Amino acid sequence: MARAEGRIAERFRMLGAKGEAALIPFLTAGDPDLDTTEALVLAMAGAGADLIELGIPFSDPTAEGPTIQRSSARALARGTHLRSILRLVERVRSRVEQPIILMGYANPVHAMGAEAFAKAAREVGVDGVIIPDLTPEDGAPYLDPCRARGIDPILLAAPTTPRERLEMLVRETRGFLYYVSLQGVTGARASVGRGIEERVRLAQSLGDVPVCVGFGVATPEHAREIGAYADGVVVGSAIVDTIESAMRDVSKDSSARARAVDEVGRFVEALKKPLRR
Amino acid sequence: MKSEPDDRGMFGDFGGRFVPEMLIAALDELVERSARILADPAYRAELDGLLANYAGRPTPLTFAERSSERCGGARIYLKREDLAHTGAHKINNVLGQALLARYMGKKRIIAETGAGQHGVASATAAALLGLECEVYMGAEDMRRQALNVFRMELLGARCIAVESGSRTLKDAINEAMRDWVTNVETTYYCIGSVMGPHPYPTMVRDFQRVIGIEAREQILEVEGRLPDALVACVGGGSNAIGLFHPFIGDESVRLIGVEPGGEGIASGRHGATITTGVPGIFHGKRTLVLSDDDGQIFPAHSISAGLDYPGVGPEHAWLHEVGRAEYVVATDDEALEAFQLLSRSEGIIPALESAHAIAHALKIAPTMSRDAILLVNLSGRGDKDVDEVRKILASRRKEPS
Repeated sequence: MARAEGRIAERFRMLGAKGEAALIPFLTAGDPDLDTTEALVLAMAGAGADLIELGIPFSDPTAEGPTIQRSSARALARGTHLRSILRLVERVRSRVEQPIILMGYANPVHAMGAEAFAKAAREVGVDGVIIPDLTPEDGAPYLDPCRARGIDPILLAAPTTPRERLEMLVRETRGFLYYVSLQGVTGARASVGRGIEERVRLAQSLGDVPVCVGFGVATPEHAREIGAYADGVVVGSAIVDTIESAMRDVSKDSSARARAVDEVGRFVEALKKPLRR
Repeated sequence: MKSEPDDRGMFGDFGGRFVPEMLIAALDELVERSARILADPAYRAELDGLLANYAGRPTPLTFAERSSERCGGARIYLKREDLAHTGAHKINNVLGQALLARYMGKKRIIAETGAGQHGVASATAAALLGLECEVYMGAEDMRRQALNVFRMELLGARCIAVESGSRTLKDAINEAMRDWVTNVETTYYCIGSVMGPHPYPTMVRDFQRVIGIEAREQILEVEGRLPDALVACVGGGSNAIGLFHPFIGDESVRLIGVEPGGEGIASGRHGATITTGVPGIFHGKRTLVLSDDDGQIFPAHSISAGLDYPGVGPEHAWLHEVGRAEYVVATDDEALEAFQLLSRSEGIIPALESAHAIAHALKIAPTMSRDAILLVNLSGRGDKDVDEVRKILASRRKEPS
């Protein structure tokens, strides 16, 4: 059945025509504060990001490694919440052409109400959602209202996902399929999981949805390696690390924010470079 | 009535599986293999043997004569889970799961612990069955329960301090789940209460049902009839559901769960999830949770580390919703008082967790008739709490009244 093409599908079609893999940088909204997040989003958009993934901080992020846990805690300590993140999306929406994806755990969405969330997210121009603790089965009451409003619920696949289930995930996901490169939590690693290329190729052969790889992707070299077969590369913890270390001296150094924005911009540029065609 | 989940692990609107895709294959494997193994007569015989000859089951049912007399109302019976090996009901579940892990061919088990009772029980079962064991424990809880940390080490387990979040049970569960995601192919996650994703809440309940099955037989034997009410403390809720479940169809039996009221509901510092919580998604299940308007989970508080949990087993949330069980609170002070009362009047030092159930029983017994029967789950012994209680009482004596 034909679907109206969303901003995510359009972006992948455009990249596909060039034979180029997407770069999808992630950062936690509100770390260190929402004004800096706004500047970071604009910097990443200008530096070659193809889609932008914004994390909604949660008190108990069970799929995250230490980097994103700390980042989540910093954002919450600043009083960041789902509604203020939606307002941030509204502010940047007209200034970035890239699709904007929200990534967050189910409980904040549940607390807002699945329908209310989908409606508000649509209004401010959110293009996709990644809710790692929602599977297509149990998550339907939350994911369906998004889908009904043209927001893509992006599903995860894991190294342990059996083929039959992978077929279902390829069928059910929208926008793209997020293939987790390794069994574990998020975090920059020295190398990406083994065997991921084979799994990505299998997923690609099962449908026509783009397949992107995340978890452990930390360097332009990783991006090059993965970009050779996947439709996109998600980089999260390495970007959050960059922000964290640039902000370390913020109390002594008023230029720390500007430096964080600058360094993230340059890092995104470096990550995108090996993906360009 | 009956209380069983559907095939997705839902008790009404509660339960299910709310976990990252990385765990789905492992949960599917667990559902499939546990169904086969738990039905295997060889497994059943081995577990029954361990429960009888290692854990010391059946545990006695003790008539609390002096407490009953003083209350001047209902006759109070205590189900003595404090006399099970390792000093609490936790061993029932752990022997079942650790044996299951061995049947599944896993060499390593991980566990979370609050008060340390489940950690000690897991370390014990791992030592018995020759499994490697690592236990996640909030750094704050490790401070409160230093002796249990040492016990785990003596038993050959490694205790890992969790420094994130509120540094208590909920954070220990987060960290155990992260470990499990990472090591899912070699590791069995031995969850300590009726929480987590399906099939855990049902599986843990079924291992704890032995409490209620025995208590039912025992009370019928001594009193010739069923009790008027059951009372048990509820953190995650495993000892309570274990006692309640075999009585769910007996509509004359009131089921009363006692939540930790902490410093009082009005103070906001408590763990009364059912009494004050809202539906939410937390630690792999939909249940009642302590959560703010933005969906952030806030830390529970209780004098007892084992009740310090901002969620509750989904079956309790359901029993509450349909009205089959009632849930009340006992505060830190009430638990502390009951801790001392039971020690003096019965010669039994209860765990601070169990003291919440005792506190409520002592509260309602005088309002009941003399031929009424109250059956209280004394879920654990209080040795682990003696030092903490000594410090609290000493500091209170110094305060001007």
